[in-house]
Amino acid sequence: MSLSRRAFLTKTAILGCSAAASPLITPVTFASVPSDHRLVLIVLRGAMDGLHAVAPIADPLLAKYRPTLIKTDFADLDGTFAIPPELHDLLPMWRSGELAFAHAVSTPYREKRSHFDGQDLLEAGKLEIDSRLRDSGWLNRMLSLMSGVQQETAFSVGQEGMLILRGDAPSTSWSPEGRIDLSPQARLLLSVIYDKDPLFAEAGRAAMTLVEQMEIEAAMAGDELDEDPMMANAKQAAKATDAADLAAFAAGRLREDTRIASFSIGGWDTHLRQARTMRRAMGQLSAALVRLKADLGPVWSKTTVLAVTEFGRTVRENGSKGTDHGTGGAMVMAGGAVRGGKVYGDWPGLGETDLYKRRDLMPTRDLRAYAGWAIRNLYGIGKTEVETTVFPGLDLGEDPKFLL
Amino acid sequence: MSQSSETIAAFRFGLGFSRVTENAYSANDLVQQTRDTDIGLSEFPGVPLKNRTELLRRYAKLNQERKKTGTRSQAFKEMSKRSRLLQLEDSQRIFNRAVFNPNSFFERLSFFWLDHFTVSPKSRTGQVVWGDYIDTAIRAHVGRSFADMLTAVVLHPNMLFYLDQRVSMGPNSKTGIRRKRGLNENLAREILELHTLGVRGTYSQKDVRQLAELLTGLTINRKGMVFDPNRSEPGPEQVLGRTYGDDGPAELVDIITFLHDVARHPDTARHIARKLAVHFVSDTPDPDLIAAMADTFTATEGDLPSVYGAMLDHPGAWVPLGGKAKQPLDFMISGLRALGVQRKDVAGISPRRAARSFITPLTVMGQPLRRAPGPNGWPEEAEAWITAQGLAARLQWSLIVSKRHGRAIDPREFVDFALRDLAGESLRFAVSGAEKRAEGLALVLASPEFNRR
Repeated sequence: MSLSRRAFLTKTAILGCSAAASPLITPVTFASVPSDHRLVLIVLRGAMDGLHAVAPIADPLLAKYRPTLIKTDFADLDGTFAIPPELHDLLPMWRSGELAFAHAVSTPYREKRSHFDGQDLLEAGKLEIDSRLRDSGWLNRMLSLMSGVQQETAFSVGQEGMLILRGDAPSTSWSPEGRIDLSPQARLLLSVIYDKDPLFAEAGRAAMTLVEQMEIEAAMAGDELDEDPMMANAKQAAKATDAADLAAFAAGRLREDTRIASFSIGGWDTHLRQARTMRRAMGQLSAALVRLKADLGPVWSKTTVLAVTEFGRTVRENGSKGTDHGTGGAMVMAGGAVRGGKVYGDWPGLGETDLYKRRDLMPTRDLRAYAGWAIRNLYGIGKTEVETTVFPGLDLGEDPKFLL
Repeated sequence: MSQSSETIAAFRFGLGFSRVTENAYSANDLVQQTRDTDIGLSEFPGVPLKNRTELLRRYAKLNQERKKTGTRSQAFKEMSKRSRLLQLEDSQRIFNRAVFNPNSFFERLSFFWLDHFTVSPKSRTGQVVWGDYIDTAIRAHVGRSFADMLTAVVLHPNMLFYLDQRVSMGPNSKTGIRRKRGLNENLAREILELHTLGVRGTYSQKDVRQLAELLTGLTINRKGMVFDPNRSEPGPEQVLGRTYGDDGPAELVDIITFLHDVARHPDTARHIARKLAVHFVSDTPDPDLIAAMADTFTATEGDLPSVYGAMLDHPGAWVPLGGKAKQPLDFMISGLRALGVQRKDVAGISPRRAARSFITPLTVMGQPLRRAPGPNGWPEEAEAWITAQGLAARLQWSLIVSKRHGRAIDPREFVDFALRDLAGESLRFAVSGAEKRAEGLALVLASPEFNRR
């Protein structure tokens, strides 16, 4: 199996040629992609307060429950609901029909209100918690029902691969701060080292392709690549949580062969001084959506973004100007493919007896039904498959028709 | 490619060749490591459980005050910081011990058992006691009997918390009736399915249910594990054909008796033998190797050093390397050992810096510490680890540590030291052709030869 020096040099020379032709390592290209539709799943970790993000201001009870949280600077959407100032950057999208919400939704998770279990159930897409909950995510099971799925079809964006994409179907996990500070020459040498090991060759090729695409994008955007990797790494780690960067990276992939991308935005667990603590999280969500639209360009018209959270928060504000873990909440839909300018869902009301356990917003629909209808309409997944494979135990019910 | 038994021992059963510690290669020396004192623990001692629970107690008290007053007192912030710091120190200790303990087989076994008995803490309590779980439940029993380890694990607050045992109570027990609460089967199921018999073992849902009833008295309080007879389901339980707790509600001793029985079960012997062989040797190990290990397990009533010995004495354990990939933790530690990092560079840095240097890269490589995806632990297959992101993270980290720690190392010499007879010719050529020293070293660390085992 040993490689002679001559063969080695020949090999390097060949690689050198193709490198000179432009891409250092030939990018992997795919013959077919399963669909033209783009789906972006944003997981809002920490339990977004749906009653703050999409506040039912027309109901006088709201101000009674939340004397310090509801301010006059909320922007009216439809006479019933309003959004706080931190989301006002999204008003143009609302007006042009590219932004919608669904209210009083939840996963099937009840009672214990643990972030950990709640997020797992949300991403696994299952009906209840069992010890195999974390084996696969619903986006992955959806991919397993589609034909022509390749490694690049779906992306989990961020440092930690997301449960929602975990499973047997291929997908790629990548973090926008991922970088490889090797010289071009060392990259060539690396491809030679990996040549005989198919697993390393494949992973190495995919990694180099991504890194190079990002370098090209950065160069075109006028960013300077930092010379010192230690410094650069520290800097990038510091801003790794910037949702707009995750969105920009996702958009870059979605403009190419990728159809599905998922990332998460944290910081929604607002037990304390919510007006302040939620500002950052909402700013991140808003910036991510704005960035997605800007960077996707014409592809935005074929895009559906769903932002979902593990559960809602208590209807009443607590003793520290925040809210505690609740049940029903809101989800966000955005994109050119969305029939926007509308708040979907059956509103349960805020009267004491309308509440879940006299404490939380009553969920009137499984949020999986919205996601289920989205994948049915976008990718033609059959009703039975949605209700058994992707979202076991779900009753899809009627189509809310939130897609164009 | 020929592979010497020393190379196989270093990669398959150890943490690679080290410049800073002795290396052991023979089956006898390796087994002896598990019978000797735990050097990792004695050089880098952990924090005892009582200090941890005391910290939790004080935190809980201040947290209540915070909830009542709505403001974070200085003392609360301080306690919050201390519990976070303790977790960082626990993480750093894992690296300190594994890099500088000459008994690498012991360290690898401690990773194996920590994974076999996975706990991914969900709460502050779990996070804070996790370090003690490693010291007193896992490491203390690597060289003991399987029954001893199983018992220590099941009775540790970390496991009781993680698999929801603290909320399980007999529906007909005093507390169960008063609080209208009942069983949570989680721990009982995982004991049978993951920890002992294995999913292909001979047990039924009825055994799970009965075991859950048997375990009901087990719970935790502020100090750790307690047995609460008021939660224990009345009446005897029959698990795997044997009756426990004949006389009144089950007591702690009945639970311990059950754990010792199930630890000796032939299905457990096969399950543990297979898991060890898959982890250390191959995803498809020689059936004869598994049989030899299982036989020894049964003959010695689960004496773990004897089981390791049966593996190491079997020719099936010495087949050529290359079928598996090092998991990120093994990869990083063997990389640091090959580069010859000094104590001041690992144990001597602040816990916060250690988190940046070691724990963050581990996360990006796909193995966030104490956050295994589920109670079944990390995947074994190379394909799960050698992904685009995983490999890119290994590469980038290789480059960073090569710059930081490899200033005095010649890459051509490094290839010989770190890989010996494993280095292929193309790797040697590539390394000698690198323009920069750090890149040459990084190529070695990122090579398939270094990452496979």
